[in-house]
Amino acid sequence: MEAPEKMQKLVIIGNGMAPGRALEHLFELAPDAYDVTIFNAEPRVNYDRIMLSPVLSGEKEFEEIIIHGDGWYIKHGIMLYKGHKVVNIDRVAKTVTSDAGTTEPYDKLLIATGSLPFILPVPGNNLPGVLTYRDLDDVRAMLLAAQSRAKAIVIGGGLLGLEAAAGLKSRDMDVTVLHVMPTLMERQLDPAAGYLLEKAVEARGIKVLTKASTKEIIGEKKVEGVLLADGTVLPADLVVMAVGIRPSGSLAKEAGLECNRGIVTDAGMRTSDPDIFAIGECAEVGGQCYGLVAPLYEMARVVAAQLAGNSEAAFVHSETPTKLKVTGINLFSVGDLGEGDDRQEIVLRDASAGVYKRLVLKDDRIIGTVLYGETSDGAWFHDLTKKRTDISEMRETLIFGQSYQGGSPLDPMAAVAALPDDAEICGCNGICKGKITGAITGKGLTSLDDVRAHTKASASCGSCTGLVEQLLSLTLGDSYNPSAVTPMCSCTDLGHDDVRRLIKAKSLKSIPAVMQELEWKTSCGCAKCRPALNYYLVSDWPDEYADDYQSRFINERVHANIQKDGTYSVVPRMWGGMTSSKELRAIADVVDKFEIPAVKVTGGQRIDMLGIKKEDLPAVWADLGKAGFVSGQAYAKGLRTVKTCVGTDWCRFGTQDSTGLGIRIEKFMWGSWTPAKLKMAVSGCPRNCAEATCKDIGIICVDSGFEIHFAGAAGLDIKGTEVLGLVHTEDEALEHVVALAQMYREQGRYLERIYKWAKRVGLDEIRRQIMGDADKRKGYFDRFVFSQKFAQVDPWSERVSGVDKHEFQPMATIAYQQAAE
Amino acid sequence: MNDWIEIGALNDIPRRGARCVMTPQGKIAVFRTMEDQVFAIDDHCPHKGGPLSQGIVHGASVTCPLHNWVISFETGKALGADEGSVKTIAIKRDGERIFALLERTAVAAE
Repeated sequence: MEAPEKMQKLVIIGNGMAPGRALEHLFELAPDAYDVTIFNAEPRVNYDRIMLSPVLSGEKEFEEIIIHGDGWYIKHGIMLYKGHKVVNIDRVAKTVTSDAGTTEPYDKLLIATGSLPFILPVPGNNLPGVLTYRDLDDVRAMLLAAQSRAKAIVIGGGLLGLEAAAGLKSRDMDVTVLHVMPTLMERQLDPAAGYLLEKAVEARGIKVLTKASTKEIIGEKKVEGVLLADGTVLPADLVVMAVGIRPSGSLAKEAGLECNRGIVTDAGMRTSDPDIFAIGECAEVGGQCYGLVAPLYEMARVVAAQLAGNSEAAFVHSETPTKLKVTGINLFSVGDLGEGDDRQEIVLRDASAGVYKRLVLKDDRIIGTVLYGETSDGAWFHDLTKKRTDISEMRETLIFGQSYQGGSPLDPMAAVAALPDDAEICGCNGICKGKITGAITGKGLTSLDDVRAHTKASASCGSCTGLVEQLLSLTLGDSYNPSAVTPMCSCTDLGHDDVRRLIKAKSLKSIPAVMQELEWKTSCGCAKCRPALNYYLVSDWPDEYADDYQSRFINERVHANIQKDGTYSVVPRMWGGMTSSKELRAIADVVDKFEIPAVKVTGGQRIDMLGIKKEDLPAVWADLGKAGFVSGQAYAKGLRTVKTCVGTDWCRFGTQDSTGLGIRIEKFMWGSWTPAKLKMAVSGCPRNCAEATCKDIGIICVDSGFEIHFAGAAGLDIKGTEVLGLVHTEDEALEHVVALAQMYREQGRYLERIYKWAKRVGLDEIRRQIMGDADKRKGYFDRFVFSQKFAQVDPWSERVSGVDKHEFQPMATIAYQQAAE
Repeated sequence: MNDWIEIGALNDIPRRGARCVMTPQGKIAVFRTMEDQVFAIDDHCPHKGGPLSQGIVHGASVTCPLHNWVISFETGKALGADEGSVKTIAIKRDGERIFALLERTAVAAE
């Protein structure tokens, strides 16, 4: 190319990695074209910002991450103003001026002002001790704070936040990460990988709080703690905000350059002023801003070529893989991880090794990759994506990686058959193949449960279940019928009982945890398994598990019953079927006020209002709440009604206070979730006016006490109850009924009514545990009482007070078009 | 004539959830998946007209609350053995903002 007669003047604002790289290219392409001046707001030379995390953690020194030392600037004749922040660009005079008053003229200007950390707009965000994580000054401030070995809170569970947390932890601080989303790094990882990451971070002694929304940073003269939206206060001496970055474009904007999110450039990195270019995190090219180094280096290459006279050079968007730079945590993520009809996924989970791999395929090509734990094939998968390689030929073995390709894939059955007798099958219990096959033939075992009972193989973590089943099938041939266990749904091969057992055995406390550890075949479950898992977790971990609203059926989400036309019906509780003029008047007023089209008395002795519009529900509840009503939970897989007769209060045949006992039971048990709906009744004498002998649990009062019944049905099936036993006092009746309900809660399969559960586990076993074993009964009772502490919250009053308000209003209403202007 | 009309922001919709938008052509259901993809379809199940916005969202599909039909967001078609389909509405995103391609009717506002 033609060398200009006189050297042009190139001024660069910013001295980060992108302009440093651009200069290297420029000096190669056109060494004598420009006289270069750099203004750097930081008082130092160009260094590798990506390596700040190792500096923070102590794995590297600052000197080791310098890219261009002072000598490089001298060698290339660059004028570097250290610690000068440019405050003005005069596009007419073509000069820039720094805060120290230095003015330099330019022929070409390159803006590389990078980005600014986003500061949460909460009170206290400017207190001493609140830092961001952006440059060496931030790292030095953190290192100073770390000397006190005190408590640090990192706000933000993205790449930067986690790296900061790991660095501070390795400096012996007590570190907690707050993340507002349910899983870490949700932009780059799917929830399954986010869950594994959270476990790995916690294993390093870093506490992680997800769904934690920061409300305020508290402290008098300096940071003393963080207040969360839920009212929790976490003490802290240091708060690091790593909640994201925004392009730093204010200087360009003031100069009148076109700015959107960032400084808008064409594909040649040229701004709306032909003599001004922008690169790095401040630039917006093709409508996108970038934060990872690969595309920023690509911008540097393009701008260098443009400055050297190649007007063809253009920036091309490409996906960049994400990797976390925390020693010992391997993760890799790139591309499009969304789901869709035209897409398929291949998922490999190896729970014991902590490995999760997911490939998203479209038209036989990989479009997205997440790897956790074992990432060595990341580059290969990324390469297949970039080259749009058709993978249909190797699809069967693709997920196993590059080294697995080429050889003929092994039939899994043949692989198990080929194992020697001393090969270990069950790692938890140290059971080898010979022991299992020996037990199958020697003891005539025919099922997985038999093998578990006799050998313990697959009885702990369950991850070898597939292998054990293959051994059964190899040993028994066609007589083995593995499908004896019906899977919960097509997302898993495990049945409900296995899932419930493993939730307890492995202390699984969230839906992503269950799906990961039990190797779910879909990433997000389905409408069958999600409500079931949600119930199991609520039932097993009442104090720790946070109910997953989006995994509940609509009725349980809006606390009313959906009807065929999309309206809802509302049923308030009438304890034991008793009501009063005041309650009836309140219901009448609500019916009039909201023009409710139908009112019906239900079979459960209460009143149903039908045809209510969804938008009206909160107002209906507010009015009912003022009259003292709570939700009747007529929609719940939980306690519905306790039907009663009038007993000794009024009836000439009554033997006990059946109304009082019914009300007592209902007040004790309302709000509890059960596998399926639970309907009860108390009759005051064997004439049984409350129809207790077709209920899930019923009580017949007799002269000598209370006869407890259970396992009746009066729906699809009709079945009289079975007798559990006779007790003598009201207190005993309550304890037995509650213990029975808790046993069912702990063992029932989701949607399995109590009569089906009882048939499955055996009436005698239930009688033995509830009637015959006082310790067991007390245990069940105590666990029920404990879980009620968290369950007895009236959902109506919660909603009236504003919880999940969004549910009841349209997001937008698009009116007819306004008259044309 | 169809226009891109702003209907809300990503965070207005819960993950694995839905919100409704009222339009002159009827109610549409706008869904947000676990992976933050946004889709819109008519809020009307092809089976018996159930409000799809009230269903459980899984993957890129929803299960109708009335009779458990599963409807794909991308095609609007019923999945599995059921047959039927519902209109899909194009969505585009600009950062947090969500736009839907909706018909502007010629009727003037009062």
